[in-house]
Amino acid sequence: MTALLKISNLRKTFGGVTATDDVNLDVEQGELHAIIGPNGAGKTTLISQLSGGQRPDSGKVLFKGADITNRPGYARAGLGITRSFQITSLVMDMSVLDNVALAVQARDGHSFRFLRPARGIAHLRDTGRAMLDKVGLLDRADEPTAALSHGEHRQMEIAIALASDAELMLLDEPMAGLGPEESATMVEFLKSLKGERTILLIEHDMDAVFALADRISVLVYGRIIATGSPLEIRGNIDVQHAYLGEE
Amino acid sequence: MFLTKRSSRITLVVMALLLVMPVVFYNTGNEFYLDLATRLVILGIAAVSLNLVLGYGGLVSFGHAAYIGIGSYAVGIPVYHEFYGGFESVASTNGLFQIGLAVGLSALFALITGAISLRTKGVYFIMITMAFAQMVYYLFLSLDEYGGDDGLVIEMRSQLPLVDLDNPIELFLLCYVSLAISMLIVRTIIHSRFGMVLQGAKGNNERLITLGYNTYLYRLTAYVISGAMCGFAGALMGNFSSFISPEMMGWSRSGELMFMVILGGAATTMGPVFGSIAFILVEEVLSSLTIYWHLPFGLMLIGVVLFARGGLMGILRGKGD
Ligand SMILES: Nc1ncnc2c1ncn2[C@@H]1O[C@H](COP(=O)(O)OP(=O)(O)OP(=O)(O)O)[C@@H](O)[C@H]1O
Ligand SMILES: [Mg+2]
Repeated sequence: MTALLKISNLRKTFGGVTATDDVNLDVEQGELHAIIGPNGAGKTTLISQLSGGQRPDSGKVLFKGADITNRPGYARAGLGITRSFQITSLVMDMSVLDNVALAVQARDGHSFRFLRPARGIAHLRDTGRAMLDKVGLLDRADEPTAALSHGEHRQMEIAIALASDAELMLLDEPMAGLGPEESATMVEFLKSLKGERTILLIEHDMDAVFALADRISVLVYGRIIATGSPLEIRGNIDVQHAYLGEE
Repeated sequence: MFLTKRSSRITLVVMALLLVMPVVFYNTGNEFYLDLATRLVILGIAAVSLNLVLGYGGLVSFGHAAYIGIGSYAVGIPVYHEFYGGFESVASTNGLFQIGLAVGLSALFALITGAISLRTKGVYFIMITMAFAQMVYYLFLSLDEYGGDDGLVIEMRSQLPLVDLDNPIELFLLCYVSLAISMLIVRTIIHSRFGMVLQGAKGNNERLITLGYNTYLYRLTAYVISGAMCGFAGALMGNFSSFISPEMMGWSRSGELMFMVILGGAATTMGPVFGSIAFILVEEVLSSLTIYWHLPFGLMLIGVVLFARGGLMGILRGKGD
């Protein structure tokens, strides 16, 4: 396997807080790599530097061998990177299908197209519906996004990530705030994506992480203290002290 | 934001009344009402253009009167030089040239000021668009050749093929058709792929960037289109009033345009037109009662914003729709 994403010596500080402290990490093509760590460890900040929402102070991010450290966020989607948000980030005053169709539309190159009504373009709508079908939201397609429940919003985040057709999906706590049943559905769903997409998954739910991950990295105070298979991580004394012991 | 059947009906009825009533008034000897309607329709075009960025783009421009000013001086200055000499290269009474100048200069001004303003957000955006408009205001104030503070009389209206702008009915009809076309242009744009991106960025800019859209460029494009349309309204305003002055582009004029959009119903096709109807009516009625008419007008506006989100269009459309 080859590294799809290669992070080297990444650093990011906010005032006195070091949110990312000399992070080195390879994400292999096709793997589901989980990042676990306590609250405030810097997981979201790491994702943001990969998606382009934030700039690192120093270090490098390589995607398919190309240096993308300073590429603007909008350019990374075109390269094949997408993310979901820990705190739901949707266009609330548009319909569910509109949200997903916008993700499909982004794949077609630029959108400086002023004449044809977007809602009449079959492939945008059909692909959008197909993605909603995958996450079980097809019957809600025409509802205003604001009318959906929290759990459904989490599913929309995934449908949008799927619609972007990105090789690398950065998922920031997709199960945050879901009930046990909804979580189980989401785990099954992510399982079905394994192999198809490369996924960097941040998750607090240990059962989910150990059920899904090929490899796990443990992030504490911005540092990666261990990387390994689920079995190795379970057996790692440092990890137990730093993190799992708390559970 | 979804156009319901009821709102389409309202749009058609009001647009039909707006066409028929002034013509009837004019032919029954009430020329004053035709003038009022012409001004209303021109302000309507400006409000429709502002709605593209303010309503659909969520970009609160507090400087759109600058385009009215640029557009009207683009008519006034060429005519001035045609009559009094100097500046040969712009001296002209040709309406197509003047309108081209109005639209082109407005687009250029929008491109330059938008490129800077759109790097800021929220209150800063409001302030900086206002500051740029004030710059234009003071520029024209300082140009003594064109009357400075006292303004400039336009000696001859734009010469156009097919229409005679000295005929009040023809001028009104040109403005009315222009309004209808502006509304169609904005409607087409907002339903297009471009429009979806613009509205998506209004709702959640970060999400749209993550999807791969350089939202800055989309917003800048909308801003330029809006400025060009508003500059066109300015060229009509110059022809209508035959007298132009920097006062046309003061910050309170920009505020009035914002009021029209918000009062009528931002992000709706008909809202800005309702807003300008309401504005003209309220201005006429209140200003005949008291010179302090801005105060009750302001209170009304606050009332609509607080109690009827969606503006007049929201009230007319009804809750159940
Ligand atoms: N924009 C910011 N400005 C200042 N400090 C920040 C900012 N973003 C994050 N931080 C700080 O950086 C550290 C890491 O935050 P981050 O959100 O990345 O953690 P996390 O691992 O995602 O936490 P959680 O599990 O709660 O989501 C925290 O101490 C946080 O307070
Ligand atoms: Mg986080």
